[in-house]
Amino acid sequence: MIAYLIRRILYAIPILIGVNLLTFLLFFVVNTPDDMARVQLGIKRVTPEAIEKWKQQRGYDKPLLFNAQSEGANKLTETIFFQKSASMFVFDFGYSDDGRSISHEIRTRMLPSLVIALPTFALGLLFYVTFALLMTLFRGTALDVAGVSLCVLLMSISSLFYIIGGQFIASKLWHWVPISGYADGVDSLRFIVLPILIGVFGGIGSSSRWYRTIFLEEVGRDYVRTARAKGLSELRVLFRHVLKNAMIPILTGVVAVIPLLFMGSLLTESFFGIPGLGSYTIDAIQAQDFGVVRAMVFLGSALYIVGLILTDISYTVVDPRVRLQ
Amino acid sequence: MTFKLVLLWTDAMIFLLLAVAIAGGWWVRQRPHLLLPWRRLFKSRIGMVSLLVLSLFVLIGLLDSMHYRLALPAKNGTVQTIYAGEVLSVFDALVVNLRNQTEKTYSAPLAAYLYAKESMETPDGSLLRDYPRLKHGGAHLSNPQLELTSDVIKRSLYGMFSGWLGGVLLCLLIVSIAAARSRTSARHWVEARQGTPLNAMLATVVLMAMLIGLTANLAGSYHVLGTDKVGQDVLYLSLKSIRTGLVIGTVTTLVMLPFALFMGLAAGYFRGWVDDVIQYVYTVLSSIPSVLLIAAAVLMMQVTIEKHAEWFSSSIERADLRLLFLCLILGVTSWTGLCRLLRGETLKLRELEYIQAAQSFGVSAMRILSRHILPNVMHIVLIAVVMDFSALVLAEAVLSYVGVGVDPSTNSFGTLINNARLEMGREPIVWWTLAAAFSFMLVLVLAANLFADAVRDAFDPRLNRTGDA
Repeated sequence: MIAYLIRRILYAIPILIGVNLLTFLLFFVVNTPDDMARVQLGIKRVTPEAIEKWKQQRGYDKPLLFNAQSEGANKLTETIFFQKSASMFVFDFGYSDDGRSISHEIRTRMLPSLVIALPTFALGLLFYVTFALLMTLFRGTALDVAGVSLCVLLMSISSLFYIIGGQFIASKLWHWVPISGYADGVDSLRFIVLPILIGVFGGIGSSSRWYRTIFLEEVGRDYVRTARAKGLSELRVLFRHVLKNAMIPILTGVVAVIPLLFMGSLLTESFFGIPGLGSYTIDAIQAQDFGVVRAMVFLGSALYIVGLILTDISYTVVDPRVRLQ
Repeated sequence: MTFKLVLLWTDAMIFLLLAVAIAGGWWVRQRPHLLLPWRRLFKSRIGMVSLLVLSLFVLIGLLDSMHYRLALPAKNGTVQTIYAGEVLSVFDALVVNLRNQTEKTYSAPLAAYLYAKESMETPDGSLLRDYPRLKHGGAHLSNPQLELTSDVIKRSLYGMFSGWLGGVLLCLLIVSIAAARSRTSARHWVEARQGTPLNAMLATVVLMAMLIGLTANLAGSYHVLGTDKVGQDVLYLSLKSIRTGLVIGTVTTLVMLPFALFMGLAAGYFRGWVDDVIQYVYTVLSSIPSVLLIAAAVLMMQVTIEKHAEWFSSSIERADLRLLFLCLILGVTSWTGLCRLLRGETLKLRELEYIQAAQSFGVSAMRILSRHILPNVMHIVLIAVVMDFSALVLAEAVLSYVGVGVDPSTNSFGTLINNARLEMGREPIVWWTLAAAFSFMLVLVLAANLFADAVRDAFDPRLNRTGDA
């Protein structure tokens, strides 16, 4: 088990290097820092001095890969690649365009993101699995057909509609909760209820349908017939036997996204004005802050890899047949 | 009137895709064993009805993809014809009224008055603050307050009736042509097609014709879905958005398919280091959250486009290239899933006896891949392609909202929603732009989802079927 984990973590390193190289190519080779400076400064204010100043402020005024003017090891370290890309491995993300430390921003914004994302995730999982089990219980009947039709309809609606519609009904028509905003502590409750509910609602269609397929596959197995033959009630069969055995395919999809919850949801956070990582990313994209986008890309893929490893571990927890070697 | 054809990049892609689809259809027709799953599809009622709805969207998209530039009226003494800078499409020419009948600002659907009050001068010289009449919506009425409702009802009924008539005639025409081709009577032809949901299909055609008749008849003298902030007809904007949705949904797949097919088959068939390299590539790509990868790539593309302003002779070309880039990037982020599926299937297929037989006959690897493995994974490709379509259409709206979608000047559901998202806060609220964009999207995506389900049911060999011919 430990050896397996170490191997998996070692395997993650080349992948992170790949991500790092890809972002380096994308951000510094496809377009040189000079081009980025021109776009950010705007056509009117572009002078060679302004470009130099822009590059110097951000530390982009060095050679890409090899600094021939420096001495010794500095030939490699006094470069954009070493200072901007390689430094991300120790989670040193540098500074955003408004001069703040990106690492500090990430640390402070992580909490609001989690406050929204974790309840959405947990409530959602509970609700979707229950709904899917109910559809499985009534399989073949009109209720099942109605449930599946509802799922197809719900998954055909844009997530933007859920957010805009939800905000309109709950905040503007019924005056339940403020439209957007965020506060610390217990006070935050009235701000986070609506985004969580909308987040859960928006996922009903695709998730419930997916879980229903998994449950239906399990229901056809022999052990289910045995359980019924020995006289267990259908509810007991579903909740005690089918649910447990369906955990593996469900976990595959679910555990992998847990670390990504840190990243927050771009849309929800930006619509509800929650100061999390999602709205941080969106603001950075809209302000063309390349440093922040690069940091988020790297952070996102690091978390994704953590998720893959967690998925493997969770298999051994729920299924004693799985041995990691 | 002279004009010059304009072939945008995405137009070329769309027509290429159409050609591939027609050639593929012809190819399948010759081969009965390939025709079998298609026959199953043609028997699915939901599948055929949603296909008809989709084909209406595709028709609009195709008409909107034939671009041209009109010649300007010749001045005295000039020999050379000069073409207008504005690129139009055949669809624009068909709905020229919708396009040109703009108002000053917002107006509600089927309204005769503007949304905002204005100061107007009355004939006796005093100033009056009231809702002004629209320039085009309901302009033929002398007293809209009294006549509007009855006029709308009259026109709707007339439009629906002519649509019904046209639809029924069209159905009769199709059935009698088909019957004449197979040299039987129409009654015989219908009876010979017991398995095909002809009734539902013909009903759909008639319903769609009625809807078109209704809209067309009302659109002549009203703004059926209202107007937006700068007075453009929302119906026109929504119809124009269809093309962008279709391009994103289909061209993305077209650009990603060769990669996914080649890499997936190669990884599964050759195994060893080829497999390792390809797996490494797709793990790296799929480990970056797709929104972030798209955002990063689109930001970089914006920089490149601004750096090379000389590449584009018009703004529509620039917007079009951006659309194509977006398809490419979406393709890069979405090919990994298909690639993984294809690799798995190829791993399974290469152990089968007929492949081993081919190998021992000394058939080359390329030939085994193309003759023996490719045809047997095509159902996976087809299912993945139709399943991806709806997700891509929905993704476009989100990406445009985030600011990494299509060019702001391109008509798309995303830009429509993005421009209208503050309108819910107005008093009284302006709901029609959002409602129109979301409903058009819902119909398109719902039809695509239902069609995708029907395709999966017809093509997935894992589903056990009984009573198949």
